[in-house]
Amino acid sequence: MQVIGGSGMPIEVLLVEDSPGDVRLTREAFSEVNSSIHLHVAADGLEAMAFLRREGVHARAPRPSIILLDLNLPKMDGREVLAQIKADSNLKTIPIVILTTSNSQVDVERGYQLQANCYLSKPVQLDAFESLVKSINDFWLTKVKLPSHRQLA
Amino acid sequence: MKAIGSKDAPTEILLVEDSPGDVRLTQEAFRDANQSIHLHVASDGVEAMAFLRREGVHARAPRPDIILLDLNLPKMDGREVLAHIKGDENLKTIPIVILTTSEAEVDIVKSYQLRANCYLSKPVQLDEFERLVKSINSFWLTDVKLPQQGQNK
Repeated sequence: MQVIGGSGMPIEVLLVEDSPGDVRLTREAFSEVNSSIHLHVAADGLEAMAFLRREGVHARAPRPSIILLDLNLPKMDGREVLAQIKADSNLKTIPIVILTTSNSQVDVERGYQLQANCYLSKPVQLDAFESLVKSINDFWLTKVKLPSHRQLA
Repeated sequence: MKAIGSKDAPTEILLVEDSPGDVRLTQEAFRDANQSIHLHVASDGVEAMAFLRREGVHARAPRPDIILLDLNLPKMDGREVLAHIKGDENLKTIPIVILTTSEAEVDIVKSYQLRANCYLSKPVQLDEFERLVKSINSFWLTDVKLPQQGQNK
């Protein structure tokens, strides 16, 4: 039995990341393992919120199935983005994976307090970064049941 | 200075599960994958809350690093356990992985609304169930930065 929204539908991923290098690495790692991912990129916190609220040029933006969020971002900090999404009754069910260079226990605690779904720290080594992106794909986009695209859309 | 509690500190997992068969399978799969796990089992929601709040016989229970929570439980439902934990200042940062036979969209959405960190549905096939437990181990207990052990004691 085929469920609607199952295999075949693209998976919309919002990556909130200001480093072009990390964006490229993430895109390449995903494209190697999963061709049904649509990766959308917001380079700062304000753009991420505009995308999620479909404001301005983002009027036709899809609702992401999952968000990968850096913490240190221009214009609006990742912590603030996290707090706003989790306080918005329409957006709060979207899983948020923190993906940041920060290893500090303060950031980890604060991330979970602000209801991040999980916290990952970016490895410095290229191949370790690539394998982390792949394990995000294996776990979140393969094993996990994500909330449906259609609810509240 | 003692080395106790440093790098080799065991990972404390609370499994809230009423099916003895699923408990055994989970135990075996973790044992194969990771020697440093202490798996604690609560077989209903009331016992899970007593463990987390260190009540009665659980006075010396460790704070779990992560909780695996079934939804359909005797005495106190998994949804209520989830709501209690995420509404408790002291407990809410502990990641909760829903692990249930239900694939109903209403259960998935409701769980994310109640701030489950992620939702997994139990495969019926034994080997798939084993693989899922191993992927919980490799993602949550290896890749993810968990909130610090022993905080808020």
